[in-house]
Amino acid sequence: MSILLTMIPIALVYATPLVIAALGGLFSERSGIVNIALEGIMMIGGFTAASVTVVMEPNPMAAYYGILAGILAGVLFSLLHAFASINLKADQVVSGTALIILAGGVTVYLCQIFFDQQRTNAFTTGLSKVSVPGLANLPVLGTLLFKDVYPTSYAAFLLVLLTWFAVYKTPFGLRLRACGEHPQAAASMGVHVLGMRYTGVLLSGALAGLAGAAMVLTQDIQYTLGSIHGAGFIALACLIFGKWNPFGVLGAGLFFGLSQALSIYAKDIPFLQAVPQDFFFMLPYILTIVALVVFSGKSVGPKAAGELYDAGRR
Amino acid sequence: MKHARSAILVPLAVILLGFALGAAVLVATGRSPVDMFYAMLQSVSGKNLRAGTFNPRYIGEFIVQSMPIMLTGLSVGFAFRTGLFNIGAEGQLMVGSIAAVAVGLWVQAPPVVHVVLVLAAAMLAGGIWGAIPGFLKARFNVHEVVVTIMLNYVALYLNNWAIVDIFKSVDRIKTEVIPETALLKSAALAGMTNGSRLNWGFVPVLLSILVYWFVIEKTTFGFSLRAVGFNKDGARFAGMKVNRNIVSSMIIAGAFAGLAGAVITVGTFSFGRALPAAEGYGFDGIAVALVGGNAAIGVLLSGLLFGMLKAAQPLMQSQGIPKEIASIIQASIVLFIAMKYGIEYLMRKLRFHKPAGAPEEVEP
Repeated sequence: MSILLTMIPIALVYATPLVIAALGGLFSERSGIVNIALEGIMMIGGFTAASVTVVMEPNPMAAYYGILAGILAGVLFSLLHAFASINLKADQVVSGTALIILAGGVTVYLCQIFFDQQRTNAFTTGLSKVSVPGLANLPVLGTLLFKDVYPTSYAAFLLVLLTWFAVYKTPFGLRLRACGEHPQAAASMGVHVLGMRYTGVLLSGALAGLAGAAMVLTQDIQYTLGSIHGAGFIALACLIFGKWNPFGVLGAGLFFGLSQALSIYAKDIPFLQAVPQDFFFMLPYILTIVALVVFSGKSVGPKAAGELYDAGRR
Repeated sequence: MKHARSAILVPLAVILLGFALGAAVLVATGRSPVDMFYAMLQSVSGKNLRAGTFNPRYIGEFIVQSMPIMLTGLSVGFAFRTGLFNIGAEGQLMVGSIAAVAVGLWVQAPPVVHVVLVLAAAMLAGGIWGAIPGFLKARFNVHEVVVTIMLNYVALYLNNWAIVDIFKSVDRIKTEVIPETALLKSAALAGMTNGSRLNWGFVPVLLSILVYWFVIEKTTFGFSLRAVGFNKDGARFAGMKVNRNIVSSMIIAGAFAGLAGAVITVGTFSFGRALPAAEGYGFDGIAVALVGGNAAIGVLLSGLLFGMLKAAQPLMQSQGIPKEIASIIQASIVLFIAMKYGIEYLMRKLRFHKPAGAPEEVEP
């Protein structure tokens, strides 16, 4: 039990960037554009956030400037994907691949220009944890959820609610989903398909940028090529495992975060001791494949995601 | 005729654009593009044009860098021909490498036989890894892109687990050295290139390119694979076994990538390695296949191009150019290729007022 108490806050730290980036993927795919480049956008966001934080520190708000810069950089970077796949009808997977390669190159290239090394300088504090006054003193729940939590984790929960509201309860959300299901039908009702898709992709850039910033500022001491180490792809897995639904994404994110925390603590848990650490790392990926098979045949994901939009087709 | 010309001109234009962009990035960040081009020339020719020295080791390393990415290029290209996007070459390569280590360490055989066994095992393992997304696509219509991405990471952790727990790596980074009989190493080739890592790996690579060309262009099987790539429903209607073709295509794609794993593990190196992260051979393969137009000769040439970029990286770094400029150039080339349809479309639109010589092409 005490292991669980120490494990859950750590799982929350791991889950935060996964959930935020997966929400980004949700906006993009719901609009009909597949974005496998979440990993790359997270790298850009993480690099920018780390650099700005390093430059702004000792300012107590340094990390927040860093996060803002990370979001902005994510938006700018995703503009490439939007332009290529929406205006120039690029294959969305190829364009995403290009962005992933580009992100690894650009971030480390700029590290060498700005910091003369393969990584950014280390920041001194990064993002600080906060405690909610009053609630932090609650028994059990207080230590789990309200004491020494990164503000980005609260942001993740809030973003899940906001995303759910935006996607399911507003006209914007209805139009967005229509563009991902049947863009020609949406267009015939006067929806600006290209505009909605731009919005979806740029939102995914903002959220993945935020996720990258959150990840580097809470789990690392600087940005390196290995800072994001596949989190963007686990976020993609969260999106699928969570059935393209914000609450599903949250559940999947927390579950995958827990499986990462388990990999650290398994050696202290009797019946998990024998399981090699690498198997916990594999778990999210294997479960996602299983989920895809289980979901197959039922229309779960956005139907038109990944298809070229041809306004003339019916 | 017109088609053949654009099959050469478009990649060339895209490559030039990519290098121009890379040069612009260097200039913008206060580095010299001239140094970059000198580094690339030196890695291909072995000649340092400034100092006037010649070192064939650079040529050897250039070929060593080109070999695995030609194979992952064949892997991605083969799947592309059947209309499948294989992002999983990286993972197929890793399981190939695991199999190569296993047969290398555990099996005892005479010199040539042992290497052939190692290569065959790697191809088999890669093929099985490729069969998984192929089967899931054929049977459950699950998109191969997501499955192959996920399998890359499964393979990465499987590899790291195997290196430590199965092959009992002492330092948890690399296995013990694989016996000489299982290696592609050649003292003669290394000697000819002043101690480079050049090895017999180029033999299976060239054979693979030949097999690729033959299967795709000259066999009924290759024709039916391509037919599935062009139009799945049409192929089904013509009586072709679409699902079986999808699985076969992914198995063959996986086998090419698995072979790349063996070429790296028993050629470039002589032991299995635990990896902190994927090494990017799969993405390299995507770039190689796209630039090479998924054709055998195209993969050979673009493999050399990207091999040169990789081989020139240490040279660039030593001259004060961040070696990541190579990734930036590679990524922009891929991005420009992705934008090809759009650019062609825009160009047609711009030329709209002129009387068109050829009838307008229909959107693919």
